[in-house]
Amino acid sequence: MQGSMSKDVMTTLVVSAALIWALPLMVSTYTLTILIIYGMLGLSLGLIWGFGGIICFGQAAYFGLGAYTYAIAAINFGESTIPMLLAVIVPAIFAALLGLMMFYGRLTDVYLGVITLVVMLILFKFINSTAGPQYVIGNARLGGYNGIPGFQTLNVPGDPSAYIWGDAYFYVCAVMLALVFILVSALLRSSFGRIAVGIRENETRMSLMGYDIRARKTILFSIGAAIAGLAGALFANWSEIVTPSLFSLRQSAEIIIWCIVGGFSNRVGPIFGAAGLAYIKILLGQQSMVDNTLIMGIILVVFVLFLPKGLVPAVAELWNISFGRRKRGASRSGRRVRNRGKANG
Amino acid sequence: MDLSAVIFIEILYAVASLIMISAGLAVVFGMMKVINLAHGEFMMMGGYTTITAVNLGVNVFVAMLIIAPLIVGLIGLVVERLVIRHLYGRLIDTMLATWGLSLFFIGIVTMIFGNTTTGISTPIPGFTVGNYQINGYNFFIILVAIALVILLYAVLKGTRAGLIARGTMQRPDMAASLGYSPDRIYMATFFCGSALSGLAGAVLAPLVGLVPTSGAAYIAKAFITVIAGGPSLIAGLVSSSTVFGIISQTFSFAVSPVMGEVALLVAAVVLLRLLPQGVTGKFFKGKL
Amino acid sequence: MAEIVLETQGLTMRFGGVVAANNVDFTLHARELRCLIGPNGAGKSTFFKCVTGLQTPTEGQVFMRGEETTQWMSHEIASLGVGIKTQNPNVLDSLSVFENIWLAARRFHTPIEANRKSQEIIERLALSSIARADLGQLAHGERQRVELGLVAVGDPWLVLLDEPAAGMSAEDVERMTEIIHELNKSAAIVIVEHDMQFIRSIAENVTVFHQGSVLMEDHVDLVMADQTVRNVYLGKKA
Repeated sequence: MQGSMSKDVMTTLVVSAALIWALPLMVSTYTLTILIIYGMLGLSLGLIWGFGGIICFGQAAYFGLGAYTYAIAAINFGESTIPMLLAVIVPAIFAALLGLMMFYGRLTDVYLGVITLVVMLILFKFINSTAGPQYVIGNARLGGYNGIPGFQTLNVPGDPSAYIWGDAYFYVCAVMLALVFILVSALLRSSFGRIAVGIRENETRMSLMGYDIRARKTILFSIGAAIAGLAGALFANWSEIVTPSLFSLRQSAEIIIWCIVGGFSNRVGPIFGAAGLAYIKILLGQQSMVDNTLIMGIILVVFVLFLPKGLVPAVAELWNISFGRRKRGASRSGRRVRNRGKANG
Repeated sequence: MDLSAVIFIEILYAVASLIMISAGLAVVFGMMKVINLAHGEFMMMGGYTTITAVNLGVNVFVAMLIIAPLIVGLIGLVVERLVIRHLYGRLIDTMLATWGLSLFFIGIVTMIFGNTTTGISTPIPGFTVGNYQINGYNFFIILVAIALVILLYAVLKGTRAGLIARGTMQRPDMAASLGYSPDRIYMATFFCGSALSGLAGAVLAPLVGLVPTSGAAYIAKAFITVIAGGPSLIAGLVSSSTVFGIISQTFSFAVSPVMGEVALLVAAVVLLRLLPQGVTGKFFKGKL
Repeated sequence: MAEIVLETQGLTMRFGGVVAANNVDFTLHARELRCLIGPNGAGKSTFFKCVTGLQTPTEGQVFMRGEETTQWMSHEIASLGVGIKTQNPNVLDSLSVFENIWLAARRFHTPIEANRKSQEIIERLALSSIARADLGQLAHGERQRVELGLVAVGDPWLVLLDEPAAGMSAEDVERMTEIIHELNKSAAIVIVEHDMQFIRSIAENVTVFHQGSVLMEDHVDLVMADQTVRNVYLGKKA
């Protein structure tokens, strides 16, 4: 926590540069792009749940909102720069309003879970029912369950005819993820981030210290939604169509599974969890022996039962034990789990 | 006149089906403070059990009211022993694990029955009131729901097992020190809860085309109804089902069925904002 | 007479039919040290919760330095410069002693100033040897002491403590007494307490609660000698 920020930035840049160079040698950039986008989505939930203790079962709502905002705005503006910005801002504002309602109503854990889930379902139901021609925003028809196809994809800012696609789009997404990661790191290092962790640990104590936990949770929730919205916009560009399934229960379940598998309370866990599982899913999709959903289900159950901290912390711990660098590591993360249980209960 | 009678029956039916959908989840949550997110899949499996049994030549009512609850109850028992019992007291972790189970069951059922819609026809014919057609089966569901509530109440209030269960619900440690093993009580409770889910899925099966992902349609409603109901099991179940049933059915009539669903969800958000502990956190305190 | 820092007028708290605090008038002057005593269920803790914003009283008003805070939430009251410690050690278990105190200091200071301030408090409370340890690993007495550090680091002018000596060893209690006296040099203090020995060692003035109301308010020796108070503590009818 006390290490220097510049070292953190350097490490991030070096590691991501290495990955951006090495990964395309093994996997197609088209596949990598979606893995990166899912990584960003995982990071958004990891930030609010892992560090902020905000139980959100409906993170897909902001992903879908970002994607739809981008698609609708891109059709209306015929270029991509303003739509990209809107795709970050609209989910953030939406989440801030929802957060105001939830956190100022002193709702906690399971109730947060219900409300976030329900809000996502409302969006899902609403978008699904907009097939009729009367549902238009500007020039964009919402299209109901068919979704919105055929919008302007990412272009060089200022030149709507210079599309960014293929390998170039992969690099854009990779750089975006690295930037978001650095911003999240900076946020967690800042007073705001440290206070957020304090709130996760003990809300009463933090408010007795004089912190307004309602406002801080709302802001953090909104930041998480902004990141999910950006991921949604990048997804829209990648798939070139947005459909209501972005808001679905299954999408939300997957985000949570990624974070559980990677590990909630660290920055890289959700990213690798998301990318890794999404890749496994793509590989599994090519066979028809065992149902995909079944495997995802087993993975989730097994991790909750046997590795509730997730893979990344477990590997880090193993590393620490084998190479003797015991800097409070083992006992500390051991208690993390207990705390998680307590916070949940 | 005819119209208002029809509307009244439809609202009653909406309330009854919410009670059916939520009862299994409510029992498990009320007694064990466990949210079973695989509840929808338990219902879905109740439906598949019924259809399979009927296709094998079993009487439809026997299949719905006896076989489906038994089979799903047994599945619940296995799930409790293998997974849930390791997670007692960790609310969020149980939700996540049962969410995993729900995906698992969707996968298994897809592999067995395929990703196609199946169904059985309603065993009770419809009739007309004036110009309006009424589904006779709706009456059956209303009756089953009423019977279910009365049965729940009678068991919890009137029997020794119910007394032990209520004791465990209030103070598991006390019940344990009196010699009742919470482990076995939880096991029995989860069996009953799963059986109720199976029953609900079976009874509702003739009304819907069944696919392996059908559970998703139920779980959100059940989850919302139970949480909004609050700490009292039966009072919470009935009161929140009534509120949501009336709201959703009214909007269905006034606007459209989709708006009815949306209105239900919005009502849930508003309700929880106003009563963060659920309806029975504020009213009917201390009732069953 | 010194400035009044805490005052309640007709403070009443009802839970359903039960009146936990009944029409309590209470006044505390600057740099005063007052103990609230009384048998279990006398209303001390309810009074404490109403004053600290953890609960909102059904009736009556609370004033701090003349400002009405009746409807305020805990964080608003704390932001005035009021240090609060609840009954059980209420700390951030997975964070270190330094991080705990830093978070409390950060509320009133810049990050760098908060670093300095935290160091200072850690030395003052003799916590240096465990500054890097996580709170979850510490003994009960140490956790209580850290929580006093969280209170002290904000330089409060009013300190509200709920049973600070509960479950502590004699040695810990002695240390706690010193810290409280030190705090009292700049702040008025209210302590809710059971332990009569501890009260005798720190307080001069005592307010006795009984059945939700203030039974008596006087010097500790006079209170102890009073027959009614003795009866209340022994469970006889007052």
